[in-house]
Amino acid sequence: MARPAALKVEHVGIRFGGIVALSDLNFIVDEGEIVSLIGPNGAGKTTAFNIVTGFLTPTHGSVNYRGTTLRGLKPHQIADIGLVRTFQRTSVFPNDTVHDNLLIGLHRQSRVHLSEAIMGPPRARRIERKMHEQARELIEWVGLGRRIHDLAGSLSYGEQRLVGVALALAANPSMLLLDEPVSGMNASETHNFIELVRNIRDRGVTILLVEHDMPMVMNISDRIIVLNYGRIIAEGSPDVIRNDPAVIEAYLGRGAVRA
Amino acid sequence: MRLTVSILTVAALASVPLWLRDPYLMNALITTGIFIIGAMSLNLLLGFTGQLSLGHVAFFGIGAYVSALTSLGFDVGLPGGFRIVHEPWPPIAGLGLAIVAAGLCGYFVGRLSFRVRGAYFVIVTISFAEVVRLVALNWVELTQGPLALNNIPSIALPTPGLGELVLRTKLHNYYLVLTVAVISYVLIARLVRSHYGRAMRGLMENETLAVSVGIDVTKTLTLAAVISAGIAGAAGSLYAHYIRIIDPEVFAFINTVTMVIMVVSGGKGSLAGPVVGGLIFGLMPVFLRPIMAPEAQWIAYGGVLIVILFLLPRGIVPSLGQLLTKPRGRVTVPNVAAYSKRDAKEPA
Repeated sequence: MARPAALKVEHVGIRFGGIVALSDLNFIVDEGEIVSLIGPNGAGKTTAFNIVTGFLTPTHGSVNYRGTTLRGLKPHQIADIGLVRTFQRTSVFPNDTVHDNLLIGLHRQSRVHLSEAIMGPPRARRIERKMHEQARELIEWVGLGRRIHDLAGSLSYGEQRLVGVALALAANPSMLLLDEPVSGMNASETHNFIELVRNIRDRGVTILLVEHDMPMVMNISDRIIVLNYGRIIAEGSPDVIRNDPAVIEAYLGRGAVRA
Repeated sequence: MRLTVSILTVAALASVPLWLRDPYLMNALITTGIFIIGAMSLNLLLGFTGQLSLGHVAFFGIGAYVSALTSLGFDVGLPGGFRIVHEPWPPIAGLGLAIVAAGLCGYFVGRLSFRVRGAYFVIVTISFAEVVRLVALNWVELTQGPLALNNIPSIALPTPGLGELVLRTKLHNYYLVLTVAVISYVLIARLVRSHYGRAMRGLMENETLAVSVGIDVTKTLTLAAVISAGIAGAAGSLYAHYIRIIDPEVFAFINTVTMVIMVVSGGKGSLAGPVVGGLIFGLMPVFLRPIMAPEAQWIAYGGVLIVILFLLPRGIVPSLGQLLTKPRGRVTVPNVAAYSKRDAKEPA
């Protein structure tokens, strides 16, 4: 069972002015694991995400991914080492078709030298054709095949979420961070999405997600980390978390524990 | 299909000097062509990265001055007793140096201002153009200031076996400008259809998301700025060797505005937009001149621009393109409002 650690978050803290958003956050995500980060609104989940993916710099502490320290790396550099995220709200390029969205997402793999891009030698054209194929495959894979030529901005909320996941996968991540991926999805969409996440994991991608949908979290996670007021209050398997008094108190208040 | 249209357009443009003998019209076409090259380069920034350069004429003017000075030669004193003496070089070298110098300026302006972008980029580019204009006006030893650089030689092409072909006539210059315009168009088209162009579009639409899939903001935008500035520099060089006299007025703000109008009316973000917009606004003075005073012509431009943007808000080319593809029912771009209506009807 001893899998190597993929992501190590050590003593991470951040303050915005006088407000401590996260204090001394420590957790580890192992290779191939599905870990959920949960907690009431304002607990610091998204902040933790932003720190891991380089959109925020922590006041203190360090984040390590597969032995590389992430301090000082820009978001696009973090994506380059395989750590890719999705977003709560802005998950697509709205004015492009789903297909073109994926082509933008395939940026990391479609890189050719500037001179090749302009002269268009066979190698560049072959890469370009391969990218079109891959875009189509990824779209089919997340189940949006019939929407491929529609503008991403015209899709439903749940479908845009899927585009967001496909976009993140296009960047060829070894670890995927999903920020509230099923918010705005109905029950059957959520059900399909859980299958999708499992499939992604089976491709060898480690997954860390932030989510409010408790049945989904309990269903999918290998391990759950509960945050409240910027610190971890509980950690363990879904069964452990379900019965943890500190967690029940955080979500439901003190009276619920006594009852 | 697209290739056929392009070839027919270029062939039609190439045939113009065969039936058009009026030197005044030829002159208007050549200067319009030069401005269209400038507008295409502006479109690369404005239409494909969303960054408005309101000092774009600076790159154009730098290209003009660098090219002119390279081919005229100069002798300037620098602080500390140094002197730089430059013997005249062939004008074709000036064209090359103009592209390089303007591209370098694009690099520095981009590096400086793309950390902040948006309105700051607009301000930095305006200031840059004004600073360069003041240098051109006051560094009299190098630029002759308001006295202007005169007698700039025409571009000469080395031809195998025939010696040098000096491009002095309007006919020559027409084909020279057309060639450079076609090269610039193809260059920009190839660039925006490659992953570089997709990175630019991604950044324009949703920067946070673009960054998260591994797109480097500064590198992408700086690349666009360098290529845009280089092409503007080439246009400036053509201008200098065609008009054969340049003064600091080449940096006038109105020249940038002209390019912006060409891009916006034709359709920013569309490859053919600046060409169509450029032809309309570049040739309008020819038709207005017999009936209007120059001051009134500016009012007419404004009126035409307002009418175009009122009827075709996205610019002529994108709006017409949408009209043409719709009835044929090919892969039509779905209207967002129509879709949300249809989705509402579908059972959940």
